[in-house]
Amino acid sequence: MSEEKTITIEVDGQSLETKSGTLLIDVTDAAGINIPRFCYHNKLSIAASCRMCLVEVAKVPKPIPACATQVMDGMVVQTRSPMAIAAQKATMEFLLINHPLDCPVCDQGGECELQDVAMGYGSDATRFVEGKRVVPENNLGSLIATDMTRCIHCTRCVRFGDEIAGMREMGATGRGEHMTIGTFVARNVNSELSGNVIDLCPVGALTSKPFQYRARAWELTRHTAIAPHDSVGSNIQVHTRRNEVMRVHPESNNAINEIWLSDRDRFSYEGIKSEDRLTQPLIKKDDKWSEVSWEEALEAAASGLKEVAADPEQIGTLVSPTATLEEIALAQKLTVGLGSQNIDYRLRQEDFRGNSTAIPWLGQSIASLESIDSALLIGSNIRKDQPLLAHRMRKAALKGAKIQFVNPLQLDLHFDAAQMVSDPAGMVHNLAAIAEATGGLHYLTEQVDVGEEHKAIAKELKNAESAVILLGNMAQSHPDYTILCGLASVIAKATDSSVGVIPMAANSVGAAVIGVIPDHALNALTMLESPRKGYLLLGVEPGRDTNNPALARSALNNAECVVAVTAYRSPCLEEAANIMLPMSAFSETSGSFVNAEGTWQSFAGTTTSAGESRPGWKVLRVLGNLLDIEGFDYSSSEEILNELKESYCGNLKVTSFGAAKGKIRSAVTGLIRIGETPIYASDALVRRAASLQKTKDARDATVARVNSSVATAAGLSDGDKIAVVQGEGRAKMVLKVDAYIPDGCVWVPAGVPGSESLGDQFGEISLEKV
Amino acid sequence: MSALEIKNRDELFTPEIRAEIDHEIAKYPEGESQSASMAALRIIQDANGGWLTQERMDEVAAYLDLPSIAIYEVATFYSMYEHKPVGRNKLCVCTNISCMINNSDQIVEHLNSKLGIKFGEVTEDGRYSLKEVECLGACGGAPMMQVGHKYYENLTPEKLDSILDELE
Amino acid sequence: MANEVIFKNRDLDNLWDIEQYRSRGGYEVLTKILTEKTPPAEIIDGLKTSGLRGRGGAGFPTGLKWSFINRDAPTDKYLVCNSDEGEPGTFKDRDILRYNPHALVEGMLIASYVIDAHYAYNYIRGEFWEPYERFQNAIDQARAAGFVGKNILGSGFDCELNVHLGGGAYVCGEETALLESIEGKKGQPRYKPPFPAHVGLYGCPTVINNTETLSSVPTILREGAEQFRDIGVENSGGSKLFSISGHVRNPGVFELPMGTPFSELFELAGGMRDGSKLKAVIPGGSSSPVIPGNLMMDLTMDYDTIAKAGSMLGSGAVIVMDESTCMVKILDRMGYFYHEESCGQCTPCREGTGWLYRIVHRIENGQGRPEDIDLLMDVQNRIRGKTICALGDAAAMPVAGMLRYYQDEFQYHIDHKKCMVGAGV
Ligand SMILES: Cc1cc2nc3c(=O)[nH]c(=O)nc-3n(C[C@H](O)[C@H](O)[C@H](O)COP(=O)(O)O)c2cc1C
Ligand code: SF4
Ligand code: FES
Repeated sequence: MSEEKTITIEVDGQSLETKSGTLLIDVTDAAGINIPRFCYHNKLSIAASCRMCLVEVAKVPKPIPACATQVMDGMVVQTRSPMAIAAQKATMEFLLINHPLDCPVCDQGGECELQDVAMGYGSDATRFVEGKRVVPENNLGSLIATDMTRCIHCTRCVRFGDEIAGMREMGATGRGEHMTIGTFVARNVNSELSGNVIDLCPVGALTSKPFQYRARAWELTRHTAIAPHDSVGSNIQVHTRRNEVMRVHPESNNAINEIWLSDRDRFSYEGIKSEDRLTQPLIKKDDKWSEVSWEEALEAAASGLKEVAADPEQIGTLVSPTATLEEIALAQKLTVGLGSQNIDYRLRQEDFRGNSTAIPWLGQSIASLESIDSALLIGSNIRKDQPLLAHRMRKAALKGAKIQFVNPLQLDLHFDAAQMVSDPAGMVHNLAAIAEATGGLHYLTEQVDVGEEHKAIAKELKNAESAVILLGNMAQSHPDYTILCGLASVIAKATDSSVGVIPMAANSVGAAVIGVIPDHALNALTMLESPRKGYLLLGVEPGRDTNNPALARSALNNAECVVAVTAYRSPCLEEAANIMLPMSAFSETSGSFVNAEGTWQSFAGTTTSAGESRPGWKVLRVLGNLLDIEGFDYSSSEEILNELKESYCGNLKVTSFGAAKGKIRSAVTGLIRIGETPIYASDALVRRAASLQKTKDARDATVARVNSSVATAAGLSDGDKIAVVQGEGRAKMVLKVDAYIPDGCVWVPAGVPGSESLGDQFGEISLEKV
Repeated sequence: MSALEIKNRDELFTPEIRAEIDHEIAKYPEGESQSASMAALRIIQDANGGWLTQERMDEVAAYLDLPSIAIYEVATFYSMYEHKPVGRNKLCVCTNISCMINNSDQIVEHLNSKLGIKFGEVTEDGRYSLKEVECLGACGGAPMMQVGHKYYENLTPEKLDSILDELE
Repeated sequence: MANEVIFKNRDLDNLWDIEQYRSRGGYEVLTKILTEKTPPAEIIDGLKTSGLRGRGGAGFPTGLKWSFINRDAPTDKYLVCNSDEGEPGTFKDRDILRYNPHALVEGMLIASYVIDAHYAYNYIRGEFWEPYERFQNAIDQARAAGFVGKNILGSGFDCELNVHLGGGAYVCGEETALLESIEGKKGQPRYKPPFPAHVGLYGCPTVINNTETLSSVPTILREGAEQFRDIGVENSGGSKLFSISGHVRNPGVFELPMGTPFSELFELAGGMRDGSKLKAVIPGGSSSPVIPGNLMMDLTMDYDTIAKAGSMLGSGAVIVMDESTCMVKILDRMGYFYHEESCGQCTPCREGTGWLYRIVHRIENGQGRPEDIDLLMDVQNRIRGKTICALGDAAAMPVAGMLRYYQDEFQYHIDHKKCMVGAGV
């Protein structure tokens, strides 16, 4: 196309080469020529409404906005001519007449775009003698603080909601001078990406509520790091003051998180300072916990484990997939050193029949997701599980990609998608039917009915240039995960699609890459089903992090020796463990994660560890030393990392799950639980982040949901107080009638308070009125 | 309440009103039902005694499958939508230049004293409310006002009295 | 009057009835065009020859505007008529809707045929309920007669014609705000380029014309482009509707040839009322700078003459003011209007119109400051040419116009805290 032509323009006497059709402001930005702006943002649509970027273009009688002007060959631009400066100064004066100029008390002070530009273009004396506009506040919820009188109506936040978050929550109501940015009525902003408006707002109208009045921008020290909550591995800046994390901002990385951050990654730092932090080693004697010295605790842990390891098969190690690569590697080395192979990180997986050693990764790069033209997501609430992967999917969908889901519940999505919803057993049948529709291959032993809707999905995948099939969190916790994997492989092959897994946690891929996938040993499930005498837990909360808390707790509670390396205390852990060794939390330790696309990303510690806690790798190193295991003489986490890199980096292959067949276990006679892990219950840190726990997403996750026919059949109605009963376990909840839950199912979240006594995330369940 | 539940409420969305809104939607190409948002708000406002509440706006949004804020934006941008109760007869008096120099002030004063209300207010019996409006495109008949669908032009205090008497 | 185009058949009692309209050749041109499949380019050429310029205010040549549409573009095209009529002083389109709605229906259908639009909308301001009903009735009659809908007159040409009612916002008269409004959004003007001819309604090529512009089309094509052109003067073809209001004896809408002396129009409107004396005239709607009465008496009503005098013919809305009129009060009211009607998206207009209004309002209320006149000039200058749409300019220009001729009245208000007019100075 002619648009791609290389052309030359002149800006302030400087000759610049560029492509025709590029926006002038992008050209000047690239050339380091600064044109002031407020409404323009290169990730958002053009508003051209603030009029700050007005420049002079030869042969145009009026100043024109650089943000909305496409360059043409030979264009002569002046950004500092009298006409341009006069226009810019005029806009600046207009912007300031109704601005409160309360910089000394404004959280944006020191990092305010208005303040910066005003220095260059404003005049000292104000000629505006009328009363300034005062705008009533809007309560946007627990994350975003507002001071709308400071708003300069750039509409970046409004456009963000519409274009990026995919939820039009904020708008500009009223007109003229009465135009107000906000939600119009008292209504919280609920997008899982909402915090990005804090970065986008050029003034102090939208700021971080948890950070409000806590520090001034210039007092903060910035450290780059990696966010620990999902498998994107968003690049972040941790801002600290006097050894305390004050806030978290995104660090731009176009290949990974672009410039965005999910709210979970932005606000979870509040959990670092939770009252639950374990700050001292503890030993349980006669069911009572007492503080002990590190020496005593480590000696006790070493001897306890050694005793059990007399029969090495009796040792089982469970590691959290949010732990760092270095920590997991040492836990693995230690377990092996004790003679056991029983170590696993797949704490939420239920079906290990295939027990494939395939590495569960995306199978492609994160950025490439936005250029797919068809996708089949199996058992995934991608929007809440992986907000920024969902953002890439959304971009693909907006460009016309056909996104399809096979799920055990209907999702509230921010892009168009075809959703095939059924109970968990139905998912298997549906997937089998899609497989059959792709090529007539009959996979299951039982008969499946191939309907038009299955054929349609098969056809979409087949016709797509680039299609991807991905298994999400709910698939990985599904009782027939291995069958779903097998079917996914069959469909992928028949439709020439790529297949992969959306890894659950920050380091799921890392753990798998370094081989924490027991091949001929016990896995995360069998270690609990056939209880061991001794366990080593790394960052695991038994009641919240496991697929079957009831099973996990009974195995752990009855063991002889449970050593927990942990950052937090929690009732279930206190009940299960014998020794608790305090570990550094997020921001306190260096380490590495391998994200969904297989990128290894390392970070340094930014604050010192709370109390007596120590980085997990150091704790494990000393434990290794005490146990006389060889190769435990690392002096830094980098040494561990270098060793790992040598053996494992570049270890990702195309995923192939192998053929797994078997009985469909998810076919139950009664009701089945849909045990999704909600966004703000996913790991120990976020579960303790107070402001996130006040959001709608968190509040929505405290109820049980059924559709109206299930409710009627059970004699229940919306708002009833009920008990959900699973095996021996009972949890009291409020019932919500929700048309998005299929027949035969009850949505009862996992990882939330009250769920600790329940069983499998997807297991038979019953309801009782209380 | 979910969007779906709002959509299916028929307290205000009677079959007649649905038909009316659907008729408006049909004026636009397929997939452009947002175009009917203004008409839908007007229809609902009329059915609701001449003003809109948040609930009503949410219902319109749900009916047209739009985020509520999109409807709030529209309903607060255009001056013919009301967000507070109005009288059974909303007297919209133009005070723009042609009317102003033709003594619209006198008309306004007459209404103020006769009805005991100012712009933006409603008489106690709910019969009248008063609203200042911009040029209504009838400057040849200045001073003028609009009540309901009707324009009243070349107003004088005497003429006003008889008009007010006629309005229920 | 022989020179009438729009009001040509106003002598008929019920011109709004299709039978009456047809009795004088109504719908003949449309029928001819559709049955003969007249090449669109031929119609456009005719309009170019006629010298018809847009009657909405900007005076853009209509034939040229239509020629910008790429009929072969793979997307839909749209025809939109602007019956928003919100410019203070203007009340001519209401009369077209009331008295000659079929001329507009026919004009819209011809335009739709030319640009290959299958949907045409007339955006009528929401307050015009009765004119809307009249126009809707005309559409219904035209549909019954086979002029609207599918396969019109068996020609294979489809065109749906509908009304979109506004909701009360002057800015929606601005063509791109109007498009946003038809899309069911708030009426915020779009940044141009792209112009509606490329990216208009629903993102598709769109022609937008004023009611009067489109209503002139059937007569022009029936009676000949040259004849129309020759009614007017160089650069201002045809006749035009003038809305005249204020202190004249017989305010109303008059159709006169372009280039008619103002004094003639003034005469037709009965001259000044009650023996009062002419002070000033706003010649083209409230956005056009004011012209003192004595100067105005020497001008003719066409684009070039009024522009040369430092104002604009605009929508042809003439507001006549007598000597009792306080110019500060006039500007105060105008300032309030633009401030209230600014859409609010662009900074200079949102902030500047409020500032202008507050300064003038202060002066009017005896709280002016010595520096206020310079400040007013400077603020209006800072708005001009820097906004997304012309509302900013429309708010600014009258300020400069007032200060050009009536600065002494402002100065008097500031110095004496009262009005010079009332004080009998
Ligand atoms: C603030 C503003 C208000 C306007 N109001 C009207 C109006 O009420 N009616 C109208 O026809 N044109 C109005 N216009 C002009 C239109 O933008 C547009 O130029 C016109 O409808 C084009 O039609 P024409 O070429 O037939 O004149 C307005 C322009 C501006 C900037
Ligand atoms: S000039 Fe005024 S009305 Fe026009 S876009 Fe800007 S703010 Fe809106
Ligand atoms: S940055 Fe260009 S107008 Fe706002």
